Amino acid sequence: MEKCYLTIGLEVHCQLLTKAKMFCRCGTDYIGKEPNSLVCPVCMGLPGSLPVMNRKAMELAIRTAMTLHCEILPRVIFHRKNYFYPDLPKGYQISQFDFPIGINGTLEFMGQGEKKKVRIKRVHVEEDAGKLVHEGLNIPSECSGVDFNRCGIPLVEIVTEPDLHSPEDARDYLTMLRSIVRYIGVSDGNMEEGSLRCDANISLSLTEKTMGVKVEVKNMNSFRSVYHALEFELSRQQKCLAEGKKLFPETRHWDETRGVTVSSRGKEEAQDYRYFPDPDLLPHTIEQVILNDIQSNLPELPLEKKERFMFDYELTETEANVLVQDCSLANFFESCIKELNKPKFIANWVITEVLKNLNDLRQDIQHSKITPAALMDLLKMVDRKEISGTIAKSVLEDMFQSGAKAKDVIAKKGISFMSNEKELEKIVHQIIEQNPQSIADYLSGKEKALHFLIGQVMKVTRGQASPEIVKNILNKELSAERSLCGPREPF
Amino acid sequence: MNIADLRHYSIEEYKKAYRSKEFTPTAVTRVFFDRIRELEGDIHAFLAIDEEGAMKRARELEEKKISDTDFPPLYGIPIAVKDNICVKGLQATCGSRILRNFVAPYDATVVEKLKKAGVIILGKTNMDEFAMGSSTENSGYGPTRNPLDRERVPGGSSGGSAACVAALEAPLSLGSDTGGSVRQPAAFCGIVGLRPTYGRVSRYGLVSFASSLDQIGPLTRTVDDCITLFEVISGQDERDSTCAPYPPFSRNDIPKDEEIPKIRIGIPNEYFTPGVDPAISGRIREVIDLLVNKGFPVINVSLPHTDFGLESYYIVALAEASSNLARYDGVLYGFRKEGSFTLQEMYTRTRTEGFGKEVLRRIVLGTYSLSSGYYDEYYLKGMKVRTLVRKDFEASFQNCDLLLTPVTPCLPFRFGERSRDPYQMYLADVFTIPSAMAGIPGISLNCGYQDHLPIGLQILSAPFAEGKLLGFARYLEKLLSIPLPFPEKMPRKESL
Repeated sequence: MEKCYLTIGLEVHCQLLTKAKMFCRCGTDYIGKEPNSLVCPVCMGLPGSLPVMNRKAMELAIRTAMTLHCEILPRVIFHRKNYFYPDLPKGYQISQFDFPIGINGTLEFMGQGEKKKVRIKRVHVEEDAGKLVHEGLNIPSECSGVDFNRCGIPLVEIVTEPDLHSPEDARDYLTMLRSIVRYIGVSDGNMEEGSLRCDANISLSLTEKTMGVKVEVKNMNSFRSVYHALEFELSRQQKCLAEGKKLFPETRHWDETRGVTVSSRGKEEAQDYRYFPDPDLLPHTIEQVILNDIQSNLPELPLEKKERFMFDYELTETEANVLVQDCSLANFFESCIKELNKPKFIANWVITEVLKNLNDLRQDIQHSKITPAALMDLLKMVDRKEISGTIAKSVLEDMFQSGAKAKDVIAKKGISFMSNEKELEKIVHQIIEQNPQSIADYLSGKEKALHFLIGQVMKVTRGQASPEIVKNILNKELSAERSLCGPREPF
Repeated sequence: MNIADLRHYSIEEYKKAYRSKEFTPTAVTRVFFDRIRELEGDIHAFLAIDEEGAMKRARELEEKKISDTDFPPLYGIPIAVKDNICVKGLQATCGSRILRNFVAPYDATVVEKLKKAGVIILGKTNMDEFAMGSSTENSGYGPTRNPLDRERVPGGSSGGSAACVAALEAPLSLGSDTGGSVRQPAAFCGIVGLRPTYGRVSRYGLVSFASSLDQIGPLTRTVDDCITLFEVISGQDERDSTCAPYPPFSRNDIPKDEEIPKIRIGIPNEYFTPGVDPAISGRIREVIDLLVNKGFPVINVSLPHTDFGLESYYIVALAEASSNLARYDGVLYGFRKEGSFTLQEMYTRTRTEGFGKEVLRRIVLGTYSLSSGYYDEYYLKGMKVRTLVRKDFEASFQNCDLLLTPVTPCLPFRFGERSRDPYQMYLADVFTIPSAMAGIPGISLNCGYQDHLPIGLQILSAPFAEGKLLGFARYLEKLLSIPLPFPEKMPRKESL
């Protein structure tokens, strides 16, 4: 079939990490709360209630827009987006319309090993809606309820220009965006819990210059599902075009279980939201001092950090990439190297062992029981060769689970190490003398003999010797033997 | 003590009587409920009466030990509250069937302030549905009758609040004014009604009709009571972003007596057109002549965009209303049409059945002017005209301090007289709307009677100049000495 040109634009909503909702003082920590326990007359839209803007939410939105290199429009005007739905108690959503807080930004991300750039069309602030709860298994259900806990939570919406050209790009852009909103502390970006949501606009064209028909895809609950939904849409549309069928603009819902997108009927007619400036919220200009303050406090971003890690710590790109994906992991790593200046060694441990444990426990570094100091107590022992890497790994696993100190875990496990080299040397000499055959074997090239000898030392020390140190001493002693017994230099 | 003894009592006099133990809040409250029982059958000023709550409150106030010096400003004063202002635990129907079972779960900011000031809330007053109307005929619970002529309307939309004060079922009340809804019924009932500067009184807890226009205002029998009530309810509120960062009104803002005659009076030509009832324009000209004789500087001014005030008001106000009334959808509270419907049908049937005709008309008009393709032509243009109307007033206040106009072009009309023609009804507010659009304060003062029907004089001032406005109104009230209304119970119909 002919070549197709794919264009994707994404609309991402992130819940802002404020203590209070966008226009009232209700709390935002709604996960797991009793339905309608975080509500007040304002967020329930009761008659007579009025909204008051949460300045902190505006600051977080500005931080987001600045990080995305947007032009900031400091004149804040909220509009009402009018439509009826049971999760929208006022019959309108307070949102930004023709004066979004940020416009014309960019975001750089790594897409399949290549640095790519997406233009950001706009960043704006709005309030979240409530949540419908359906009872029973029947569709339509017997009874539906509304939980307004989420209603009024501040959201920032980030809209790209149609600059993405593959499902991989879309996924990688999202990964970078999530990483960024977490870096700058504006959102926890958790797609599964709904604090980051993504709608995609996709169009397929047979010519490079023109855009195809715009299809909106909704209801994707993870990065994976964004990727799969777009892949599905791509092949569906390709097939349509190949068969000479016409595509038409529509909204399609991703069905996770069936792995298909389904056209959502009945919502096709263009809805007129009758936007107009909310007369309950007067236009308001953010002071330049505040803008300057936010600008000067922007943190280092993932790509900058990655480059610094590669340069300062001589990490590979892959290593640096893994470390900078989560800002707290990067911070954790940097705290560790303050204790022991061996970045490569520590990076290796963080990337393999720390991440493995976090993964097993489904934790992130912030919520784990391990502190940089605790990890470094352990790694310093490894570094001093007091314990073997293998033992350290099992100790670390225990530390992750129990939160205990390395020393305590070691004591509990009955591992105690003989690290006095003088003592060990004596024992090694003893073993060498007792096992002339093994020495002969080793010297004649049988490497296995060395392990037997180490085993013997371990036996004598009842496992308390550091195998690494024993091995080192043995090597030293045996190379001395070799120089005595080996083939002599011809005179 | 009976109600006739109280007909001339001011807030200060009630408090004096309480202090000297001449009578008590419970005794006074009881007298008002007796009066309500006597007249409500005729007048129907109230939608809800809270006798139990009010009596309990009166007893509580009495039991409190209060020293003579820190007597709360409205200690033991009964008050009626318009049914679109939230009082915790009382209904807030806004005169609409769609909210017929709605009980407010919180106090409006003004109600909080009133309670702190020591008031006793008697009940909630009748109004045109969602404050949309000029006669109280649009109430979903039946009209209120004008206490001065039961065949005529009391004005609206705060018809209940005006009627109960005129009938002395309550000594004072709160209303709300979007395009004239305090001033016009005050004029029709012969009492005092103040629309404060937009943003001077918190709207938190006032059920919105048109957010950029709504203001809560006092309705009282005298200017002095108006001043006291306004002192209590005004001031910034962190729960209302549109509330101005301005200190509460204080009677210290009122110019000294000797300053009053220096106040420059402007007479806007556009308010004395042939469409005005000659009885009204004639009486107001007499008042102007009186002021000239007293030595007041009086000049003619022009407000050229006055004619566009009404039209642009109905665009801006209804656009906002169409959005503000979207929340009455039958989901969370209020009336819901029960049955096995789709969501769309539930909305349509609930709203079609729950709202009255005038409200539906206004929602449709407002929705239309916000629709895509019409927004620029209607809403945006309406907002631009609004700016012109405001600039007219700004310019006129360069040359004068206050403007004197009629409140309405007509005397209180008979039931049904205008309700069939919405435009005729809208014209009843033609002189109160422009100042509302400009956000400036205005007061309605009884300046005389045509036969038994009161004539309202409107005084307007620059924003936040309520001191001058109220000072002059108090001066004029004393100068004119118009008798306060004190209607009798009507004889029974069959004996007529």
